[in-house]
Amino acid sequence: MKRHLLEAADLDRADATLVLDTAAQIDAALAGREVKKLPTLRGRTVVNLFYEDSTRTRISFELAAKRLSADVINFSAKGSSVSKGESLKDTALTLEAMGSDAIVVRHSASPHRLAHWVRGSVVNAGDGTHEHPTQALLDAYTIRQRLGRLEGVRVAIVGDVLHSRVARSNVRLLHTLGAEVIVVAPPTLIPVGVGSWPVEVSYDLDSVLPKVDVVMMLRVQAERMNASFFPSAREYSRRYGLDAPRMAALADDAIVMHPGPMNRGMEIAAEVADSVRSTIVEQVANGVSVRMAVLYLLLGGNEPA
Amino acid sequence: MASPSEAAQGGAPASGALLSAADVSRVVDRMAHQLIERAAAANPGSDDGGLAALVLVGIPTRGAPLARRLAARIEAFSGVPVDVGTVDITLYRDDLRLRGVRALEPTLLPDAGIDGRLVVLVDDVLFSGRSVRAALDALRDLGRPRSVQLAVLVDRGHRELPIRADFVGKNVPTSRTQQVKVHLAEVDGDDEVLLTEGAPGGRAAEEGAQ
Repeated sequence: MKRHLLEAADLDRADATLVLDTAAQIDAALAGREVKKLPTLRGRTVVNLFYEDSTRTRISFELAAKRLSADVINFSAKGSSVSKGESLKDTALTLEAMGSDAIVVRHSASPHRLAHWVRGSVVNAGDGTHEHPTQALLDAYTIRQRLGRLEGVRVAIVGDVLHSRVARSNVRLLHTLGAEVIVVAPPTLIPVGVGSWPVEVSYDLDSVLPKVDVVMMLRVQAERMNASFFPSAREYSRRYGLDAPRMAALADDAIVMHPGPMNRGMEIAAEVADSVRSTIVEQVANGVSVRMAVLYLLLGGNEPA
Repeated sequence: MASPSEAAQGGAPASGALLSAADVSRVVDRMAHQLIERAAAANPGSDDGGLAALVLVGIPTRGAPLARRLAARIEAFSGVPVDVGTVDITLYRDDLRLRGVRALEPTLLPDAGIDGRLVVLVDDVLFSGRSVRAALDALRDLGRPRSVQLAVLVDRGHRELPIRADFVGKNVPTSRTQQVKVHLAEVDGDDEVLLTEGAPGGRAAEEGAQ
Protein backbone atom coordinates (compact mmCIF):
# COMPACT_ATOMS: atom_id res chain seq x y z
CA MET A 1 0.00 0.00 0.00
CA LYS A 2 1.07 3.56 -0.67
CA ARG A 3 1.08 6.01 2.23
CA HIS A 4 -1.92 7.93 0.91
CA LEU A 5 -5.21 6.96 -0.71
CA LEU A 6 -5.95 9.81 -3.11
CA GLU A 7 -7.55 8.09 -6.09
CA ALA A 8 -8.65 4.64 -7.12
CA ALA A 9 -5.56 4.33 -9.34
CA ASP A 10 -3.39 4.31 -6.18
CA LEU A 11 -4.55 0.73 -5.67
CA ASP A 12 -3.30 -2.11 -7.84
CA ARG A 13 -5.22 -5.33 -7.91
CA ALA A 14 -3.32 -6.86 -4.98
CA ASP A 15 -3.80 -3.77 -2.78
CA ALA A 16 -7.49 -3.45 -3.61
CA THR A 17 -8.05 -7.12 -2.89
CA LEU A 18 -6.15 -6.76 0.39
CA VAL A 19 -8.47 -3.92 1.43
CA LEU A 20 -11.57 -5.96 0.58
CA ASP A 21 -10.27 -9.08 2.33
CA THR A 22 -9.29 -7.06 5.40
CA ALA A 23 -12.74 -5.47 5.52
CA ALA A 24 -14.34 -8.91 5.28
CA GLN A 25 -12.25 -10.21 8.19
CA ILE A 26 -13.05 -7.14 10.29
CA ASP A 27 -16.73 -7.61 9.49
CA ALA A 28 -16.61 -11.24 10.53
CA ALA A 29 -14.61 -10.49 13.66
CA LEU A 30 -17.05 -7.81 14.84
CA ALA A 31 -20.28 -9.57 13.82
CA GLY A 32 -22.53 -10.20 16.78
CA ARG A 33 -20.12 -8.69 19.29
CA GLU A 34 -21.25 -6.50 22.13
CA VAL A 35 -17.98 -4.56 22.14
CA LYS A 36 -17.62 -3.32 18.57
CA LYS A 37 -14.21 -1.86 19.18
CA LEU A 38 -10.65 -2.90 18.42
CA PRO A 39 -7.52 -1.47 20.09
CA THR A 40 -5.49 -1.34 16.88
CA LEU A 41 -5.03 2.42 16.43
CA ARG A 42 -4.92 3.39 20.10
CA GLY A 43 -3.06 6.66 20.48
CA ARG A 44 -3.35 7.64 16.81
CA THR A 45 -5.24 10.75 15.78
CA VAL A 46 -7.37 11.02 12.66
CA VAL A 47 -8.61 14.42 11.52
CA ASN A 48 -11.72 14.65 9.36
CA LEU A 49 -11.12 17.82 7.35
CA PHE A 50 -14.34 18.59 5.50
CA TYR A 51 -14.67 21.63 3.25
CA GLU A 52 -17.85 20.34 1.59
CA ASP A 53 -21.06 19.07 3.11
CA SER A 54 -21.28 15.41 3.97
CA THR A 55 -23.33 13.24 6.27
CA ARG A 56 -22.60 9.62 5.56
CA THR A 57 -18.96 9.85 4.53
CA ARG A 58 -17.91 11.94 7.52
CA ILE A 59 -19.85 9.85 10.02
CA SER A 60 -18.64 6.66 8.36
CA PHE A 61 -14.98 7.71 8.65
CA GLU A 62 -15.54 8.89 12.20
CA LEU A 63 -17.10 5.56 13.21
CA ALA A 64 -14.38 3.61 11.43
CA ALA A 65 -11.62 5.49 13.25
CA LYS A 66 -13.38 5.24 16.61
CA ARG A 67 -13.97 1.49 16.24
CA LEU A 68 -10.22 1.15 15.81
CA SER A 69 -9.71 3.23 18.98
CA ALA A 70 -8.14 6.21 17.20
CA ASP A 71 -8.89 9.70 18.47
CA VAL A 72 -11.01 11.64 15.97
CA ILE A 73 -11.12 15.36 15.39
CA ASN A 74 -13.94 16.62 13.19
CA PHE A 75 -13.27 19.80 11.34
CA SER A 76 -15.73 21.45 9.04
CA ALA A 77 -14.86 24.65 7.24
CA LYS A 78 -17.98 26.40 8.48
CA GLY A 79 -17.35 27.95 11.87
CA SER A 80 -13.55 27.57 11.73
CA SER A 81 -10.57 29.78 10.96
CA VAL A 82 -11.23 29.07 7.29
CA SER A 83 -13.96 31.69 7.47
CA LYS A 84 -11.23 34.08 8.70
CA GLY A 85 -9.28 33.35 5.52
CA GLU A 86 -6.86 30.61 6.62
CA SER A 87 -5.55 28.58 3.67
CA LEU A 88 -5.87 24.81 3.36
CA LYS A 89 -2.10 24.47 3.75
CA ASP A 90 -1.95 26.46 6.98
CA THR A 91 -4.96 24.64 8.34
CA ALA A 92 -3.37 21.27 7.57
CA LEU A 93 -0.01 22.24 9.04
CA THR A 94 -1.76 23.51 12.17
CA LEU A 95 -3.60 20.22 12.57
CA GLU A 96 -0.42 18.25 12.03
CA ALA A 97 1.48 20.36 14.54
CA MET A 98 -1.14 19.30 17.06
CA GLY A 99 -0.25 15.69 16.36
CA SER A 100 -2.58 14.26 13.72
CA ASP A 101 -1.43 11.01 12.09
CA ALA A 102 -3.91 10.99 9.23
CA ILE A 103 -6.08 13.53 7.49
CA VAL A 104 -9.33 12.48 5.84
CA VAL A 105 -10.07 15.33 3.49
CA ARG A 106 -13.06 16.43 1.45
CA HIS A 107 -12.03 19.44 -0.58
CA SER A 108 -12.98 20.36 -4.12
CA ALA A 109 -9.43 20.35 -5.47
CA SER A 110 -6.55 19.61 -3.21
CA PRO A 111 -5.96 16.18 -1.66
CA HIS A 112 -2.87 15.65 -3.83
CA ARG A 113 -1.29 18.93 -2.80
CA LEU A 114 -2.19 18.28 0.81
CA ALA A 115 -0.31 15.00 0.59
CA HIS A 116 2.87 16.93 -0.27
CA TRP A 117 2.53 19.29 2.66
CA VAL A 118 1.98 16.88 5.53
CA ARG A 119 3.98 13.92 6.82
CA GLY A 120 1.01 11.77 7.84
CA SER A 121 -1.35 9.83 5.59
CA VAL A 122 -3.99 11.58 3.50
CA VAL A 123 -7.25 9.88 2.52
CA ASN A 124 -9.38 11.51 -0.16
CA ALA A 125 -13.01 11.55 0.98
CA GLY A 126 -14.25 13.16 -2.24
CA ASP A 127 -12.63 15.97 -4.19
CA GLY A 128 -15.21 17.82 -6.23
CA THR A 129 -16.02 15.92 -9.42
CA HIS A 130 -12.74 13.93 -9.47
CA GLU A 131 -12.46 10.92 -7.19
CA HIS A 132 -13.97 9.22 -4.15
CA PRO A 133 -11.85 6.09 -3.71
CA THR A 134 -13.36 4.72 -0.49
CA GLN A 135 -16.83 4.84 -2.06
CA ALA A 136 -15.54 2.72 -4.94
CA LEU A 137 -13.99 0.28 -2.45
CA LEU A 138 -17.22 -0.10 -0.51
CA ASP A 139 -19.16 -0.56 -3.75
CA ALA A 140 -16.74 -3.27 -4.90
CA TYR A 141 -16.99 -4.89 -1.47
CA THR A 142 -20.80 -4.86 -1.66
CA ILE A 143 -20.79 -6.40 -5.15
CA ARG A 144 -18.41 -9.12 -4.05
CA GLN A 145 -20.48 -9.81 -0.94
CA ARG A 146 -23.74 -10.13 -2.91
CA LEU A 147 -22.52 -11.85 -6.09
CA GLY A 148 -19.49 -13.67 -4.69
CA ARG A 149 -17.09 -12.36 -7.33
CA LEU A 150 -15.89 -9.28 -9.20
CA GLU A 151 -14.04 -10.85 -12.12
CA GLY A 152 -16.27 -10.65 -15.19
CA VAL A 153 -19.17 -8.96 -13.40
CA ARG A 154 -20.97 -6.52 -15.71
CA VAL A 155 -21.76 -3.19 -14.07
CA ALA A 156 -23.89 -0.40 -15.54
CA ILE A 157 -23.19 3.05 -14.06
CA VAL A 158 -26.20 5.18 -14.87
CA GLY A 159 -26.73 8.93 -14.70
CA ASP A 160 -24.64 12.02 -14.23
CA VAL A 161 -21.27 10.49 -15.10
CA LEU A 162 -19.90 13.92 -16.05
CA HIS A 163 -19.99 15.30 -12.51
CA SER A 164 -19.66 12.06 -10.59
CA ARG A 165 -16.54 11.32 -8.54
CA VAL A 166 -18.26 8.07 -7.58
CA ALA A 167 -18.39 7.06 -11.25
CA ARG A 168 -14.76 7.98 -11.91
CA SER A 169 -13.42 6.03 -8.95
CA ASN A 170 -15.70 3.07 -9.63
CA VAL A 171 -14.73 2.85 -13.30
CA ARG A 172 -11.05 2.75 -12.36
CA LEU A 173 -11.33 0.35 -9.43
CA LEU A 174 -13.81 -2.05 -11.04
CA HIS A 175 -11.57 -2.23 -14.09
CA THR A 176 -8.58 -2.98 -11.82
CA LEU A 177 -10.57 -5.78 -10.21
CA GLY A 178 -11.62 -7.35 -13.51
CA ALA A 179 -15.24 -6.18 -13.82
CA GLU A 180 -16.69 -4.79 -17.05
CA VAL A 181 -18.27 -1.36 -16.86
CA ILE A 182 -20.90 0.26 -19.10
CA VAL A 183 -21.68 3.93 -18.49
CA VAL A 184 -25.21 4.95 -19.40
CA ALA A 185 -26.24 8.61 -19.59
CA PRO A 186 -27.60 11.30 -21.87
CA PRO A 187 -24.83 12.50 -24.23
CA THR A 188 -24.65 15.81 -22.36
CA LEU A 189 -23.69 14.04 -19.12
CA ILE A 190 -20.90 11.88 -20.62
CA PRO A 191 -17.44 13.44 -20.16
CA VAL A 192 -15.52 14.38 -23.31
CA GLY A 193 -12.56 12.21 -22.35
CA VAL A 194 -14.61 9.02 -21.95
CA GLY A 195 -12.83 7.51 -24.95
CA SER A 196 -9.77 6.94 -22.77
CA TRP A 197 -11.75 5.16 -20.03
CA PRO A 198 -11.87 1.37 -19.97
CA VAL A 199 -15.65 1.35 -20.46
CA GLU A 200 -18.46 0.85 -22.96
CA VAL A 201 -20.76 3.85 -23.46
CA SER A 202 -24.50 3.64 -24.03
CA TYR A 203 -27.28 6.21 -24.25
CA ASP A 204 -30.07 3.66 -23.98
CA LEU A 205 -30.79 2.32 -20.50
CA ASP A 206 -33.44 -0.19 -21.64
CA SER A 207 -31.06 -2.02 -23.98
CA VAL A 208 -28.39 -2.30 -21.24
CA LEU A 209 -30.49 -3.52 -18.30
CA PRO A 210 -31.06 -7.17 -19.41
CA LYS A 211 -27.34 -7.90 -19.80
CA VAL A 212 -25.84 -6.55 -16.56
CA ASP A 213 -25.32 -8.00 -13.07
CA VAL A 214 -25.21 -4.64 -11.28
CA VAL A 215 -26.98 -1.33 -11.89
CA MET A 216 -25.36 1.56 -10.08
CA MET A 217 -27.61 4.63 -10.13
CA LEU A 218 -25.93 8.00 -9.66
CA ARG A 219 -27.52 10.93 -7.91
CA VAL A 220 -28.68 13.79 -10.11
CA GLN A 221 -26.61 16.51 -8.52
CA ALA A 222 -28.95 19.48 -8.53
CA GLU A 223 -26.16 21.68 -7.13
CA ARG A 224 -24.03 21.02 -10.22
CA MET A 225 -26.83 21.28 -12.81
CA ASN A 226 -25.86 24.83 -13.79
CA ALA A 227 -26.32 24.33 -17.54
CA SER A 228 -29.14 22.71 -19.48
CA PHE A 229 -27.87 19.14 -19.39
CA PHE A 230 -31.34 17.73 -19.90
CA PRO A 231 -34.70 19.30 -20.79
CA SER A 232 -36.51 18.65 -17.52
CA ALA A 233 -36.39 16.47 -14.43
CA ARG A 234 -39.42 14.52 -15.67
CA GLU A 235 -37.82 13.92 -19.04
CA TYR A 236 -34.64 12.68 -17.35
CA SER A 237 -36.54 10.45 -14.97
CA ARG A 238 -38.58 8.93 -17.82
CA ARG A 239 -35.52 8.02 -19.88
CA TYR A 240 -32.84 7.30 -17.26
CA GLY A 241 -34.69 6.72 -13.99
CA LEU A 242 -34.91 3.18 -12.61
CA ASP A 243 -38.55 2.34 -11.91
CA ALA A 244 -40.30 -0.94 -11.21
CA PRO A 245 -41.03 -1.89 -14.87
CA ARG A 246 -37.39 -1.30 -15.77
CA MET A 247 -36.22 -3.27 -12.75
CA ALA A 248 -38.30 -6.22 -14.03
CA ALA A 249 -36.05 -6.32 -17.12
CA LEU A 250 -33.01 -7.16 -14.97
CA ALA A 251 -31.58 -10.65 -14.65
CA ASP A 252 -32.88 -12.60 -11.66
CA ASP A 253 -29.90 -12.10 -9.36
CA ALA A 254 -28.92 -8.61 -10.52
CA ILE A 255 -28.56 -5.95 -7.82
CA VAL A 256 -29.33 -2.22 -7.67
CA MET A 257 -26.88 0.16 -6.01
CA HIS A 258 -26.92 3.85 -5.15
CA PRO A 259 -24.17 5.78 -3.35
CA GLY A 260 -26.68 8.07 -1.64
CA PRO A 261 -28.10 10.51 -0.92
CA MET A 262 -31.02 9.42 -3.12
CA ASN A 263 -33.57 11.54 -4.94
CA ARG A 264 -36.50 9.15 -4.68
CA GLY A 265 -38.72 9.43 -7.74
CA MET A 266 -35.95 11.09 -9.76
CA GLU A 267 -33.17 8.67 -10.66
CA ILE A 268 -34.60 5.82 -8.61
CA ALA A 269 -38.20 4.95 -7.75
CA ALA A 270 -39.07 4.36 -4.10
CA GLU A 271 -40.21 0.76 -4.72
CA VAL A 272 -36.86 0.01 -6.39
CA ALA A 273 -34.85 1.57 -3.57
CA ASP A 274 -36.74 -0.52 -1.03
CA SER A 275 -36.73 -3.78 -3.01
CA VAL A 276 -34.73 -6.90 -2.17
CA ARG A 277 -32.39 -6.14 -5.07
CA SER A 278 -31.36 -2.86 -3.50
CA THR A 279 -28.05 -2.85 -1.61
CA ILE A 280 -28.31 0.77 -0.51
CA VAL A 281 -28.43 0.06 3.22
CA GLU A 282 -25.70 -2.59 2.96
CA GLN A 283 -23.49 -0.09 1.16
CA VAL A 284 -23.70 2.25 4.14
CA ALA A 285 -22.90 -0.52 6.62
CA ASN A 286 -20.05 -1.82 4.46
CA GLY A 287 -18.63 1.69 4.23
CA VAL A 288 -17.61 1.54 7.89
CA SER A 289 -15.84 -1.82 7.51
CA VAL A 290 -14.05 -0.79 4.34
CA ARG A 291 -12.87 2.49 5.89
CA MET A 292 -11.66 0.59 8.96
CA ALA A 293 -9.63 -1.59 6.61
CA VAL A 294 -8.19 1.46 4.84
CA LEU A 295 -7.25 3.20 8.09
CA TYR A 296 -5.72 0.01 9.48
CA LEU A 297 -3.65 -0.62 6.36
CA LEU A 298 -2.48 3.01 6.08
CA LEU A 299 -1.88 3.72 9.75
CA GLY A 300 -1.50 0.40 11.53
CA GLY A 301 2.04 -0.35 10.56
CA ASN A 302 4.16 2.67 9.88
CA GLU A 303 6.06 4.45 12.59
CA PRO A 304 4.64 7.89 13.27
CA ALA A 305 6.43 10.15 10.82
CA MET B 1 21.80 -34.07 20.59
CA ALA B 2 23.71 -31.01 21.67
CA SER B 3 27.34 -30.92 20.77
CA PRO B 4 29.70 -30.00 23.62
CA SER B 5 30.59 -26.61 22.15
CA GLU B 6 26.95 -25.50 21.75
CA ALA B 7 25.96 -26.86 25.13
CA ALA B 8 28.68 -24.69 26.59
CA GLN B 9 27.11 -21.64 24.92
CA GLY B 10 23.95 -21.86 26.98
CA GLY B 11 22.43 -25.33 26.84
CA ALA B 12 20.54 -24.91 23.57
CA PRO B 13 20.33 -28.04 21.44
CA ALA B 14 21.84 -28.17 17.97
CA SER B 15 19.62 -27.28 15.07
CA GLY B 16 17.76 -30.05 13.29
CA ALA B 17 14.46 -31.87 13.51
CA LEU B 18 12.81 -31.67 16.94
CA LEU B 19 9.69 -33.66 16.08
CA SER B 20 8.95 -35.91 13.12
CA ALA B 21 5.47 -36.36 11.63
CA ALA B 22 4.92 -39.44 13.82
CA ASP B 23 6.11 -37.48 16.89
CA VAL B 24 3.69 -34.65 16.12
CA SER B 25 0.71 -36.98 15.95
CA ARG B 26 1.80 -38.75 19.19
CA VAL B 27 2.17 -35.41 20.95
CA VAL B 28 -1.24 -34.24 19.73
CA ASP B 29 -2.80 -37.49 20.97
CA ARG B 30 -1.20 -37.05 24.39
CA MET B 31 -2.38 -33.46 24.64
CA ALA B 32 -5.90 -34.56 23.68
CA HIS B 33 -5.88 -37.10 26.53
CA GLN B 34 -4.64 -34.44 28.95
CA LEU B 35 -7.42 -32.08 27.86
CA ILE B 36 -10.01 -34.83 28.43
CA GLU B 37 -8.61 -35.55 31.92
CA ARG B 38 -8.49 -31.88 32.88
CA ALA B 39 -12.05 -31.24 31.64
CA ALA B 40 -13.33 -34.22 33.62
CA ALA B 41 -11.51 -33.07 36.76
CA ALA B 42 -13.03 -29.60 36.42
CA ASN B 43 -16.57 -31.00 36.06
CA PRO B 44 -16.76 -34.12 38.23
CA GLY B 45 -19.79 -36.29 37.61
CA SER B 46 -21.02 -34.64 34.40
CA ASP B 47 -22.31 -36.95 31.64
CA ASP B 48 -20.05 -35.60 28.92
CA GLY B 49 -16.91 -35.48 31.05
CA GLY B 50 -17.04 -31.68 31.09
CA LEU B 51 -16.29 -31.58 27.37
CA ALA B 52 -19.48 -29.67 26.47
CA ALA B 53 -18.08 -26.69 28.36
CA LEU B 54 -14.75 -26.89 26.50
CA VAL B 55 -13.93 -24.60 23.54
CA LEU B 56 -10.62 -24.93 21.72
CA VAL B 57 -9.63 -21.58 20.25
CA GLY B 58 -6.72 -21.59 17.81
CA ILE B 59 -4.48 -18.59 17.18
CA PRO B 60 -3.83 -18.29 13.42
CA THR B 61 -1.92 -19.26 11.46
CA ARG B 62 -0.90 -22.67 12.80
CA GLY B 63 -2.81 -22.65 16.07
CA ALA B 64 -6.05 -22.90 14.08
CA PRO B 65 -5.41 -26.31 12.41
CA LEU B 66 -3.80 -27.51 15.64
CA ALA B 67 -7.01 -26.72 17.56
CA ARG B 68 -9.06 -28.59 14.95
CA ARG B 69 -6.77 -31.63 15.24
CA LEU B 70 -6.98 -31.64 19.02
CA ALA B 71 -10.77 -31.45 18.82
CA ALA B 72 -10.87 -34.35 16.33
CA ARG B 73 -8.65 -36.50 18.58
CA ILE B 74 -10.70 -35.64 21.69
CA GLU B 75 -13.84 -36.72 19.85
CA ALA B 76 -12.13 -39.91 18.67
CA PHE B 77 -11.04 -40.81 22.22
CA SER B 78 -14.14 -39.72 24.16
CA GLY B 79 -16.96 -39.81 21.60
CA VAL B 80 -17.99 -36.28 22.55
CA PRO B 81 -17.72 -33.52 19.91
CA VAL B 82 -15.86 -30.41 21.06
CA ASP B 83 -16.41 -26.83 19.88
CA VAL B 84 -13.55 -25.19 17.97
CA GLY B 85 -12.90 -21.57 17.02
CA THR B 86 -10.16 -19.23 15.88
CA VAL B 87 -9.23 -15.77 17.09
CA ASP B 88 -7.08 -13.56 14.89
CA ILE B 89 -4.92 -11.38 17.11
CA THR B 90 -3.40 -9.07 14.47
CA LEU B 91 -5.57 -6.10 15.44
CA TYR B 92 -4.61 -6.62 19.11
CA ARG B 93 -0.84 -6.80 18.70
CA ASP B 94 1.34 -4.30 20.53
CA ASP B 95 4.07 -4.40 17.88
CA LEU B 96 2.16 -3.38 14.73
CA ARG B 97 4.11 -0.16 14.53
CA LEU B 98 7.39 -2.03 14.56
CA ARG B 99 6.52 -4.85 12.22
CA GLY B 100 4.00 -3.36 9.82
CA VAL B 101 0.49 -4.34 8.89
CA ARG B 102 -0.33 -7.79 7.65
CA ALA B 103 -3.34 -9.49 6.14
CA LEU B 104 -5.93 -10.57 8.68
CA GLU B 105 -7.01 -14.15 9.32
CA PRO B 106 -10.54 -15.22 10.21
CA THR B 107 -12.02 -14.93 13.69
CA LEU B 108 -14.67 -17.60 14.10
CA LEU B 109 -16.35 -18.63 17.32
CA PRO B 110 -18.79 -21.49 17.87
CA ASP B 111 -22.46 -20.47 17.80
CA ALA B 112 -22.75 -21.09 21.54
CA GLY B 113 -20.06 -18.46 22.15
CA ILE B 114 -17.51 -18.54 24.93
CA ASP B 115 -19.43 -17.03 27.84
CA GLY B 116 -19.14 -19.13 30.97
CA ARG B 117 -17.16 -21.87 29.21
CA LEU B 118 -13.66 -23.31 29.53
CA VAL B 119 -11.60 -21.77 26.74
CA VAL B 120 -8.29 -23.36 25.82
CA LEU B 121 -6.16 -21.17 23.59
CA VAL B 122 -4.09 -23.21 21.15
CA ASP B 123 -0.87 -22.03 19.51
CA ASP B 124 2.08 -23.70 17.86
CA VAL B 125 5.03 -22.06 19.66
CA LEU B 126 5.16 -20.25 23.00
CA PHE B 127 8.03 -17.76 23.01
CA SER B 128 7.78 -14.23 24.42
CA GLY B 129 4.13 -14.63 25.45
CA ARG B 130 3.06 -11.51 23.57
CA SER B 131 0.81 -13.40 21.15
CA VAL B 132 -0.98 -14.98 24.10
CA ARG B 133 -1.41 -11.60 25.79
CA ALA B 134 -2.94 -10.24 22.55
CA ALA B 135 -5.22 -13.28 22.39
CA LEU B 136 -6.36 -12.69 25.98
CA ASP B 137 -7.18 -9.08 25.07
CA ALA B 138 -9.17 -10.31 22.05
CA LEU B 139 -11.07 -12.86 24.16
CA ARG B 140 -12.04 -10.15 26.62
CA ASP B 141 -13.85 -8.34 23.80
CA LEU B 142 -15.54 -11.53 22.62
CA GLY B 143 -17.10 -12.69 25.86
CA ARG B 144 -16.45 -13.79 29.41
CA PRO B 145 -15.16 -17.35 29.67
CA ARG B 146 -15.31 -19.12 33.04
CA SER B 147 -11.61 -19.76 32.68
CA VAL B 148 -8.91 -19.60 30.02
CA GLN B 149 -6.06 -22.07 29.63
CA LEU B 150 -3.24 -22.36 27.14
CA ALA B 151 -2.07 -25.33 25.05
CA VAL B 152 1.07 -25.12 22.88
CA LEU B 153 2.87 -27.65 20.74
CA VAL B 154 6.33 -26.29 21.62
CA ASP B 155 7.43 -24.15 24.56
CA ARG B 156 10.82 -22.64 23.68
CA GLY B 157 11.29 -20.41 26.73
CA HIS B 158 12.40 -16.74 26.78
CA ARG B 159 9.15 -15.39 28.19
CA GLU B 160 8.79 -11.61 28.39
CA LEU B 161 5.47 -11.71 30.26
CA PRO B 162 4.17 -13.68 33.26
CA ILE B 163 2.46 -16.31 31.11
CA ARG B 164 2.80 -20.09 31.19
CA ALA B 165 1.18 -22.92 29.27
CA ASP B 166 -1.21 -25.43 30.89
CA PHE B 167 -0.61 -28.08 28.22
CA VAL B 168 2.78 -28.40 26.52
CA GLY B 169 3.58 -30.80 23.69
CA LYS B 170 7.35 -30.45 24.02
CA ASN B 171 9.63 -28.23 26.06
CA VAL B 172 12.65 -27.12 24.04
CA PRO B 173 15.46 -25.07 25.56
CA THR B 174 16.64 -22.69 22.83
CA SER B 175 18.91 -19.72 22.40
CA ARG B 176 17.28 -16.45 21.35
CA THR B 177 18.96 -16.49 17.96
CA GLN B 178 17.51 -19.87 17.03
CA GLN B 179 14.17 -20.33 15.29
CA VAL B 180 11.55 -22.96 16.01
CA LYS B 181 9.65 -23.75 12.82
CA VAL B 182 6.44 -25.71 13.12
CA HIS B 183 5.13 -27.21 9.89
CA LEU B 184 1.60 -28.58 9.79
CA ALA B 185 0.14 -30.45 6.84
CA GLU B 186 -2.88 -28.09 6.60
CA VAL B 187 -0.61 -25.06 6.08
CA ASP B 188 2.80 -26.33 4.96
CA GLY B 189 2.06 -29.67 3.37
CA ASP B 190 3.85 -31.79 5.97
CA ASP B 191 4.09 -32.31 9.75
CA GLU B 192 7.44 -31.43 11.26
CA VAL B 193 9.07 -29.27 13.93
CA LEU B 194 12.52 -27.90 13.15
CA LEU B 195 15.09 -25.95 15.11
CA THR B 196 17.24 -23.71 12.92
CA GLU B 197 19.91 -21.12 13.52
CA GLY B 198 18.39 -17.67 13.09
CA ALA B 199 19.50 -14.92 10.78
CA PRO B 200 22.19 -12.63 12.22
CA GLY B 201 20.75 -9.97 14.46
CA GLY B 202 18.05 -12.12 15.98
CA ARG B 203 15.17 -10.13 14.44
CA ALA B 204 14.21 -12.89 12.06
CA ALA B 205 14.27 -15.37 14.91
CA GLU B 206 11.68 -13.37 16.83
CA GLU B 207 9.46 -13.00 13.78
CA GLY B 208 9.69 -16.67 12.99
CA ALA B 209 8.52 -17.75 16.39
CA GLN B 210 5.74 -15.34 17.25
